[in-house]
Amino acid sequence: MSSAPSSPLHLAVALDGTGWHPASWREPVARPRDLFTAGYWADLVVEAERGLLDFVTFEDGLGLQSSHFGDLDGRTDQVRGRLDAVLTASRVAPLTRHIGLVPTVVATHTEPFHISKAIATLDYVSTGRAGLRVRITPRAHEAAHFGRRTFPPFSLAQLRSPAGQELITGLFDEAADYVEVVRRLWDSWEDDAEIRDAATGRFIDRDKLHYIDFEGAYFSVKGPSITPRPPQGQPLVSALAHDTLPYRLVARQADIGYVTPHDAGQARAIVAEIRAEQEAAGRAAEPLHIFGDLVIFLDDDPAAAASRRARLDDLAGEPYLGDARVFTGSPVQLADLLQELQSAGLTGFRLRPAVHGHDLPAITSGLVPELQRRGAFRRAYEADTLRGLLGLARPANRYAATTAATTATATATATA
Amino acid sequence: MSKPLKQIHLAAHFPGVNNTTVWSDPAAGSHIEFSSFAHFARTAERAKFDFLFLAEGLRLREQGGKIYDLDVVGRPDTFTVLAALAAVTEHLGLTGTINSTFNEPYEVARQFASLDHLSGGRSAWNVVTSWDAFTGENFRRGGFLPQEERYSRAKEFLATANELFDSWRGDEILADQATGTFLRDAKAGSFTHTGRHFDIHGQFNVPRSPQGRPVIFQAGDSDEGREFAASSADAIFSRYATLEGGRAFYRDVKNRLATYGRGHDQLKILPAASFVLGDTDAEAEELAKEVRRQQVSGATAIKHLEFVWNRDLSAYDPDGPLPDIDPDPGEHHIARGRAQVRMYHDPLATAREWRELAAANNWSIRDLVIETGNRQTFIGSPATVAKTINDFVQADASDGFILVPHITPGGLDVFADKVVPLLQERGVFRTEYQGPTLRDHLGLAHPDDARGERVAS
Repeated sequence: MSSAPSSPLHLAVALDGTGWHPASWREPVARPRDLFTAGYWADLVVEAERGLLDFVTFEDGLGLQSSHFGDLDGRTDQVRGRLDAVLTASRVAPLTRHIGLVPTVVATHTEPFHISKAIATLDYVSTGRAGLRVRITPRAHEAAHFGRRTFPPFSLAQLRSPAGQELITGLFDEAADYVEVVRRLWDSWEDDAEIRDAATGRFIDRDKLHYIDFEGAYFSVKGPSITPRPPQGQPLVSALAHDTLPYRLVARQADIGYVTPHDAGQARAIVAEIRAEQEAAGRAAEPLHIFGDLVIFLDDDPAAAASRRARLDDLAGEPYLGDARVFTGSPVQLADLLQELQSAGLTGFRLRPAVHGHDLPAITSGLVPELQRRGAFRRAYEADTLRGLLGLARPANRYAATTAATTATATATATA
Repeated sequence: MSKPLKQIHLAAHFPGVNNTTVWSDPAAGSHIEFSSFAHFARTAERAKFDFLFLAEGLRLREQGGKIYDLDVVGRPDTFTVLAALAAVTEHLGLTGTINSTFNEPYEVARQFASLDHLSGGRSAWNVVTSWDAFTGENFRRGGFLPQEERYSRAKEFLATANELFDSWRGDEILADQATGTFLRDAKAGSFTHTGRHFDIHGQFNVPRSPQGRPVIFQAGDSDEGREFAASSADAIFSRYATLEGGRAFYRDVKNRLATYGRGHDQLKILPAASFVLGDTDAEAEELAKEVRRQQVSGATAIKHLEFVWNRDLSAYDPDGPLPDIDPDPGEHHIARGRAQVRMYHDPLATAREWRELAAANNWSIRDLVIETGNRQTFIGSPATVAKTINDFVQADASDGFILVPHITPGGLDVFADKVVPLLQERGVFRTEYQGPTLRDHLGLAHPDDARGERVAS
């Protein structure tokens, strides 16, 4: 073990059902019957907070889960059904104090106006710990749940065809506009717009409220928001990215990108591509976290982790191969891997527990102390907001001309 | 034998963006911070209220082309606040106003079903409609809906949402770890809806929630709105809080229920009501007068007169007489994003009536606005208010009230401490919650009981 303190890394956990392995619900610790209760989610997030993690993400989607990319699979042997991620995050917020809460939102069929105020409100409810993870859906059957657009059915392979790429490109363009609208709406009230001036009878200074007047190819939104600027100013925006189109979305619009390299070489290449896109977008000076996603089976005895994985694969009837690398091993081995990937340019990790009930406590009681011993992870929460935990300054309001200069300086200092 | 006393239902409406809310009071707190909502909800639950109520508006109001700045401006997202309140309360119902025009059934159904799961069966939906292009400018859909179609869309929206809520029966999740069967039925959540406003199909992804469906509220007052409520709602948020007006409305709506095969008790009528309490009736009257002066400043009075006149009246003195000029009957209204301007169907007649009232009573503009629109529903000592509320309910002017205090968030505290115990002493208000769900509090059947197929969980 190295004696020199390593640079700290950031840790998040991605929550989905009973865990990321499709057979995870069959483990005795899985609590599959509690999946649709608040207590189940509260227990998980409280456990993550006990481990001083930066934040948790909540998966979501506008249709039933499926082992197929493009359509439903009709399977009855895996977890199906889920609760709305924003509401789950909000339900947990008053029960926690430090950990960030990052629900998934789907840009494709929803209203940016609603999502902007929902995440702003999550930021109020959590006093500055909200973020969002934005995703798209090209799935034909999910479009049919809304009935406003018809998408042709595509498998993952067919999505690589020209027609598939055209659809995906459009959906990512729309997502970029969506995030732009959400962000403008967060800024549509200046921080000191509420004046409560009894002398003139004015509750607000309406010159400090701004129409966003967004007009794009997919929608136009007038503004201002009905919800004042949230405590963090701009809650965190994050996205999972596997390819150039989403890398570009991350580089242009996000504060955090989740990527899925399988080794340090891939990590280096992905980071370089995103940083180049960031520069091309004129955002080179802005802080942008790039987190590696890993599915983890974590046990003190590496053999125990491997046999758990084998047992679950056996129950599932097939080996689990997701988009992200699947790690099997001990906290020491995982800490080694994270530090190796960190040296390739990643600033943090979003760990996907194979079985929530087992691998989340293994992170908080095994991995976290190991990283702390190496000087690579916090020993106490050092900030009250998610931006603070991630070392991001509170941004200036784009509509507040007079205050822009001072906060720009603060941002530059924070990134230096 | 006299008929048994009716049990009163009480709800707390978080003070909103109307001039009822006195934000200038030194005791007035934030309308946005969660601590205000938590305080308000805990007070309501301590007092054993049925539910908390949140209104909604999806565009900031404007008047004369500018954002209206005299009232509270801004509010948080309804669903997000209610989900968080579920964490700081155990029994209190959580009612959200959600628009059927600027949302889609699949998304709203998942949000309400999720809220119902996350609160253990305490969610309710006040279904409202709008059509205005003004609000539509904030949404993908824009102001696409002709006014006459808003009820048709609202009805179909609710019917579609109900199909989604009912698409899971409640017994599909087996989660049998030994056999590996999670779902009893691969087709769980299947739905197909083909209609004028919605043409959707697929599988709903939230399993059946504790209440089956959220409790449904309706607030419209037109003949069409009343019919909609009688056919599809569990409760009406009404505006008839006077004894005679309330009784007439109550009779009218309850009489419509039979047509739909529904019992008298299966639709609760809950008017909005405000209150001012004092140690004595005289003290309360004095205080109420003072509050009304705070609620209607000179500037506010002019703006409210503009609702009827539909003209810029900023040159008029609020302490002077009413304008001689007549209202502008033009379609384009000076006040935008405000439902109440639609109450004045005949502005010329209203203006005439108001001029006569003002002349007869020697009222200024401000006096008139205070006297015509802003008298509190219940004014008096705790004993007087408790008696009045009970008299109203026992006389079938309502089944209870949705109370809106004028101070955020502490305005409900005095009602909880002083009036509720008196209602409990009279035996007309619960001293403990009788069940965990909002349906239990309101005495409403579970939708499965009506169908005789409730699945034990």
